[in-house]
Amino acid sequence: MGAMAERATFRVKTGLAEMLKGGVIMDVVTPDQARVAEAAGACAVMALERVPADIRRDGGVARMSDPSMIKGIQEAVTIPVMAKARIGHFAEAQVLEALEVDYIDESEVLTPADEQNHIDKFAFEVPFVCGATNLGEALRRIGEGAAMIRSKGEAGTGNVVEAVRHMREIKAGIARLAQLRPEELAGAAKEHQAPLEVVREVSTSGQLPVPLFCAGGIATPADAALMMQLGAEGNFVGSGIFKSSDPERRARAIVEATTHFNDPERVAAASVGLGDAMPGLEIAELAAADALLQDRGA
Amino acid sequence: MPELQIGVLAIQGGFEAHVRMLVGLGAAVSEVRVPADADELDGLVIPGGESTAISMGIESAGLGPAIHAHHEAGRPIFGTCAGMIVCDDAHLEMADITAKRNAFGTQLQSFEVDLGIKGIGDEPLRAVFIRAPWIKRHGANVEVLASYGGHPVAARDGNVLVCAFHPELGDDSRLHALFMAMTTGSRERAHEEAEH
Repeated sequence: MGAMAERATFRVKTGLAEMLKGGVIMDVVTPDQARVAEAAGACAVMALERVPADIRRDGGVARMSDPSMIKGIQEAVTIPVMAKARIGHFAEAQVLEALEVDYIDESEVLTPADEQNHIDKFAFEVPFVCGATNLGEALRRIGEGAAMIRSKGEAGTGNVVEAVRHMREIKAGIARLAQLRPEELAGAAKEHQAPLEVVREVSTSGQLPVPLFCAGGIATPADAALMMQLGAEGNFVGSGIFKSSDPERRARAIVEATTHFNDPERVAAASVGLGDAMPGLEIAELAAADALLQDRGA
Repeated sequence: MPELQIGVLAIQGGFEAHVRMLVGLGAAVSEVRVPADADELDGLVIPGGESTAISMGIESAGLGPAIHAHHEAGRPIFGTCAGMIVCDDAHLEMADITAKRNAFGTQLQSFEVDLGIKGIGDEPLRAVFIRAPWIKRHGANVEVLASYGGHPVAARDGNVLVCAFHPELGDDSRLHALFMAMTTGSRERAHEEAEH
């Protein structure tokens, strides 16, 4: 067999995201939480030091997690482990790659390290997921090498309204691009501040070239079903599980609702007896206090 | 005869890419999430994804008996990556193999390679391995169709076809065509038996 194996191709990078579709990626801060997530049917976990709700409450600078904590979670589970780097902080991403995490989330939940530039994600073998509030942002991140896009939503609020807005913006943007004539694409690329090549690809195929997930504010099974019906291909759940009163049951219920999103009876059955959801925050109050995470790194 | 009715298990994972490929080959394809979806299928695909999540979803939807009934009726099953694990002797016990999970390593060690596969012609297939398993044990009746790095990565046990990689992520549909041929064959045999 003289065949040469190739690692870290676009297909290998997006391939893992393809395999996460229809599933739930859960934020965990300890190996025990990671085991709970895995046992509840999570398709991956996001290892971080504090869930977004606590980052929001504590304030200060939020950074990449302690490597020993990430390693502890990698040892605790067999499903993929993701971890977050600050926007533009390619040295944190290098550390995460050295730790062999399965995916890096270049995340607005952490304090941005660079106000001008995102990480050059082509320079890495580990694939990246990035957040977006609209199609232009999604296309810019793909142009920088992201292999998976998620809505930003408004993390740590337990309020799904921003994720809904972002998912609708992205899907509507794709539908509009698909209607354009070839000579209109350069103008669209300018308007979206995105590479023409990616704009052309989306216009032709009618979809992003990478999987599109929802993140930011999912707190209930019905939230998960809503986002899937709006076109998300899977869900990230941050604070919504381990900030609720019964994380194990809620985790299972959100997994169930993500799979059976089109089956209201199953979503209803999954929603029974879960205890209290995480306390929610009003977006308008955060906006007035200039505390929106989604504005970081457009 | 009407077109082949193929179900793709859509609990979690890469089911969409399988649907696309099978539709391209002319099958009528449906997604399988609850037992009623698995009735009257000529063939069933169990896709890649996370085998823990897929196994749990099969359990919670009560799909195990429906999948076993499909298998016991001699109707073909195609398990890819996590789907291969789900078919093995530690899970649904439909193929006489033991899969080793994440055998090729983490995402960083994931790769694609040209792989020669028995039964689809001489031209190799571009095989994408994502945190892939391999077959660490197989019974005497299992035919190994491909190996990589000294480990079996594609095999056939009667009407169950399994592979450790993702043929659905490429544009080469020959392995899916092989599965469709198995499915056509099993349907023709069933018709003949019904006539006798």
